[in-house]
Amino acid sequence: MAGMETLHFDFVGGRALAPFAPALVGVVASGNLEVLVEPASHAGCRIDVDTSARGFRTVWEAVLRDFHARHGLAGLAVSINDMGATPAVVSLRLDQAVAAIAGARP
Amino acid sequence: MTQSFAEMSARERLDALVDAGSFHEWLPPSARVTSPHLAQLGVPAAFDDGVAIGRATLAGRAIFVAAQEGAFMGGGVGEVHGAKLVGLLQRALRDRPDAVVLLAESGGVRLHEANAGLIAVSEVMRALLDVRAAGIATVLLIGGENGCFGGMGIVARCADTVVMSDIARHAMSGPEVIESAHGAGEFDSRDRALVWRTTGGKHRWLSGDCDGLVDDDPDAFRAAAIAALDVHRPMTLEALQQESALLQARADADGDNADAFELWTRLGISDSRAIPDLEADAVRALRPAAAAALANGGA
Repeated sequence: MAGMETLHFDFVGGRALAPFAPALVGVVASGNLEVLVEPASHAGCRIDVDTSARGFRTVWEAVLRDFHARHGLAGLAVSINDMGATPAVVSLRLDQAVAAIAGARP
Repeated sequence: MTQSFAEMSARERLDALVDAGSFHEWLPPSARVTSPHLAQLGVPAAFDDGVAIGRATLAGRAIFVAAQEGAFMGGGVGEVHGAKLVGLLQRALRDRPDAVVLLAESGGVRLHEANAGLIAVSEVMRALLDVRAAGIATVLLIGGENGCFGGMGIVARCADTVVMSDIARHAMSGPEVIESAHGAGEFDSRDRALVWRTTGGKHRWLSGDCDGLVDDDPDAFRAAAIAALDVHRPMTLEALQQESALLQARADADGDNADAFELWTRLGISDSRAIPDLEADAVRALRPAAAAALANGGA
């Protein structure tokens, strides 16, 4: 029986965020995911992914690298619970999460 | 065009229900109190285990509130999910808010968690009855797309007040469960019209199973919840005997397991075939006649 796959990514650089309240967007459901964004003391952006779809590390890395390139936020921890969302849905939820952080917009 | 309450997420419903910005969450997603069981099954957890709990104000009154997310595991009650509800209810006994409002959307016990989920649901029932017995108003709002079934269907009926939208559903066994146990001849779960007229808000309203029938609209649910803040139905022996007599009268009226159309006709509704197409307010107006017919043992 296939278990979960856990992935970690660290992206360096970016604009440091002022302190903000954690925010949650999305729901863990088939083809969907939830994204929790929290302030972090480290520079850069750390992303932890728990996913039921195993074997997609390279796709996750491409989608998350694109996210970091588009927003360039630092001092941010992103935690994801995923149930087989497509890359487009993942990008949408990440954008929603950034929109939910006051002060994340340049 | 207002937003559909059924299509909102649990957290959107919660925000739309209470006074703006008044919700203070306990055990929020960042606390990561998640299911200890799901990872072993290869199923992703949710940071809130599918339920948000906390305190808020409603029309300025202090309430405790919970909202179940039907999109996560069908709103199933797992060990942590149930413990969050029980903790909320037990805290209500200590802090005595004016009411506890539960936004229910659940298929019942989360079967992945087996006995832990079953025990959790029974603990929620006990805790809800304790809160009701303490004279704190208990309000169940059923408006999510998944309805309110199984153990949560029983929990709902433990409250002082149950409010449903016309497109909400409430029952014990869900349509697929009945069909798999007794066959499509008994109950065809793919017949949506049959499912809705048997478990839907209009039927629950006409047969006396819910206390409010509203449109699929967040403002309508908010108004109904405010109206329920001072509704107390103590569970006295007399009240239970009245309830029992009502259920017996309904069972008599439904003697040969009639279709809802037939039962509505027996409850004195002249054009029962028109009910599925009526707006909620039109169906609301039919309740007194149905209640009177039921009290008289069927028309």
